[in-house]
Amino acid sequence: MIISLVSISFIASLALGGVYLVTKDPIALAARAKQENAIKEVVPEFDSLHSFKIMPDNGKDSITINEAYKAGTLVGTAVGTYSNKGYDATQIQIMVGFLPDGSINNISVVQQKETPGLGTKMKEPKFKDQFNKKNPASYSLKVKKDGGQVDAITAATISSRAFCDAVDRAYRNYQKKGGN
Amino acid sequence: MNQLKNFTKGFIRENPILVLLLGTCPTLAVTTSAINGLGMGLATTFVLVGSNIVVSAVKSTIPDKVRIPSFIVIIASFVTIVQLVMQAYTPSLYDALGIFIPLIVVNCIVLGRAEAFASKNSVFSSLIDGLGMGLGFTLALFILGAVREAIGNASIMGIKFTEGDGILVFVLSPGAFLALGYFIALMNRIKKTS
Repeated sequence: MIISLVSISFIASLALGGVYLVTKDPIALAARAKQENAIKEVVPEFDSLHSFKIMPDNGKDSITINEAYKAGTLVGTAVGTYSNKGYDATQIQIMVGFLPDGSINNISVVQQKETPGLGTKMKEPKFKDQFNKKNPASYSLKVKKDGGQVDAITAATISSRAFCDAVDRAYRNYQKKGGN
Repeated sequence: MNQLKNFTKGFIRENPILVLLLGTCPTLAVTTSAINGLGMGLATTFVLVGSNIVVSAVKSTIPDKVRIPSFIVIIASFVTIVQLVMQAYTPSLYDALGIFIPLIVVNCIVLGRAEAFASKNSVFSSLIDGLGMGLGFTLALFILGAVREAIGNASIMGIKFTEGDGILVFVLSPGAFLALGYFIALMNRIKKTS
């Protein structure tokens, strides 16, 4: 009885170890490709990337700052930021691209589990592209209901607020870093 | 002929979702779109076929008392394999299905087929049984997902066929119950007439 259980578990663990070894690299590669695609989407064309992590003042997790250079000059900064204020417990992760003058170039949603059909609309251009070309220095990153300038998604104010929270966190830390 | 019957029973006569009502939890949760339903169904089919083959191959060497733990270890191994492979090669589907991939371990269909069929039948008929049941499950999930996506999001396989939103409730959980209920009613009707 014990022998058969032990041998089944042993064979199973051998098989799992093998599969893990085979899939380890593709998994890491897929995760990195996802980040890199998000960065490429939000900053202008670049040829080298300088990435580092910093701890924000207002948040538990670190955020990543990716400075994109082309021929030695800074063309944009992609900030990997997050918010825990979404409707779902899953963290919302977005990539915000800033131009050297501090204005937002583009935003890409990396991970979100908001309500399908409502909060998930944050991925759609109608919502997220309203931030493009805006400079948070003169653009209030709050939904209109809270006195800001952002048009919230209909029936998804909480998700919209969380999105603004994430963008705001990105901007503050981008500022703190000095921008350029 | 017998094997053919064995294969086709999973589609209508003993369809896991619409007739046996097994595995409804992942069914209700992941069928928000056709592609999610298809992915979940195929992942479950792989686990079902794999565990059915292994269970029926080792059935004579496992003492009766540790039958269930052994089955669970075998099933869990296949689920972990699926999970790792999906994470590596279909990351976006893996993200969409989330927790429901590891939860295939406790899907009643998988353990149910191992216990009720594979532990009593030959390797080949277990393979056919797993394949038929799995594809029946996939088909039901895919159709349910497609219908919910079409009504709730006005799109098919992620492609919008008309502007606007559709009836949102069908993408949310209450819509899952509604749609599944109608499907079961339809299935009962089909079974009654045939």
